[in-house]
Amino acid sequence: MVVKVYGPIKAACPQRVLACLLEKEVEFQIVDVDLEAGDHKKPDFLLRQPFGQVPAIEDGDFKLFESRAIIRYYAAKYEKQGTNLLGNSLEERAMVDQWLEVEAHNFNDLVYTLVFQLLVLPRMGKQGDTALVLSCQQKLEKVLDIYEQRLSTTAYLAGDSFTLADLSHLPALRYLVDDVGMWHMVSQRKHVNAWWETISNRVAWKKLMKLANY
Amino acid sequence: MESVNAGQSRRHFQMATPVKVHGPPLSTAVSRVLACLIEKDVQLQLIPVNMSKGEHKSPDFLKIQPFGQVPAFQDESTSQFESRAICRYVCEKYAEKGNKGLYGSNPLAKASIDQWLEAEGQSFNPPSSVLVFQLAFAPRMKMKQDQSLINQNHDKLAKVLEVYEKRLGESRFLAGDEFSLADLSHLPNTHYLVNATDRGELFTSKKNVGRWWAEISSRDSWKKVVDMQKHSS
Repeated sequence: MVVKVYGPIKAACPQRVLACLLEKEVEFQIVDVDLEAGDHKKPDFLLRQPFGQVPAIEDGDFKLFESRAIIRYYAAKYEKQGTNLLGNSLEERAMVDQWLEVEAHNFNDLVYTLVFQLLVLPRMGKQGDTALVLSCQQKLEKVLDIYEQRLSTTAYLAGDSFTLADLSHLPALRYLVDDVGMWHMVSQRKHVNAWWETISNRVAWKKLMKLANY
Repeated sequence: MESVNAGQSRRHFQMATPVKVHGPPLSTAVSRVLACLIEKDVQLQLIPVNMSKGEHKSPDFLKIQPFGQVPAFQDESTSQFESRAICRYVCEKYAEKGNKGLYGSNPLAKASIDQWLEAEGQSFNPPSSVLVFQLAFAPRMKMKQDQSLINQNHDKLAKVLEVYEKRLGESRFLAGDEFSLADLSHLPNTHYLVNATDRGELFTSKKNVGRWWAEISSRDSWKKVVDMQKHSS
């Protein structure tokens, strides 16, 4: 059964799901959702995702939304195939969930705000809020300092292996490094930089970049 | 998987050492973990962190929570932070204790719970946290309120609760027929909004959300947490 992923391939949250499915060697079909046309707010789509956000998945009769819920489900369902993304014990899993939550609550919003102010608003012909951008940058520097500390003790966020915790950061990190001109935040931090180089060179991520025509 | 089962049968014969929760019970994130531990019937020891004295930013505390936030959690095999991660771990580790279905008893149930736990974290928590801080905490801390921020987030939360109203008309609890971690995760912020601000109406004026709130907030576990909050300094 092919997993249908609803959402544009160039949006961060669908990419989180696609990266996971590629790591787990699970076949998928992308069903595009035209965000500029407002398709995600139309009644049909709201039946799939009542908050009007991407992605949503459909796997036979099974439907799910929220990218971090979707990746947890598939990482567990296909535990025995592809890359192990959940660690090898309850304690390792605890670290995976911990850093997944850090990504969701301490990292993601800051990058999202930067992307919105520096990329999305100008595209719409509007001015970004420079004070807000500066404030986000400063907060993100502090967060990345903590990541630098962590990654100086472990190769990956949750331990010695690549897991969902690292994967979850890939889409936003790519925006930070490639699209909003803040690669220095990564490159100036030795361990964060090494980590970014390693995870962004994974076969699955490179496959996704190719599929998305970057 | 074999080693986990062997570990579980060993645990039945061990004396339980209380797990440690660092942080004030008045903190929404701390109370999320307390509610989960009580639901799971896990003995806990609350370790105070005096935030008004900046203890959460002390070098010692930063060792167990490098972002300087509460709670931090420790048991005999792990040290962990992020309340929703702690809750998931507690449910897996103590699977056979207390409310066994709290994090689902099969993968599909768990997926639905994770979906609504994420919805809580991504859509419900941001606007409700702002309102809790602005309306319940800022006055107590003698801080100036930001009316425009309050209005923006009130509107955001109202829209989110419209989605909940529809969902809770189709399902008794958010993830399905049983109370789960997904519902539990909403208790801390909603409790303040309903009991310590004038925005309780956002919940109580809606038929399904109102019914759901009355049901989840009357659980023994939550009543115990509220009690802990009342008795903390």
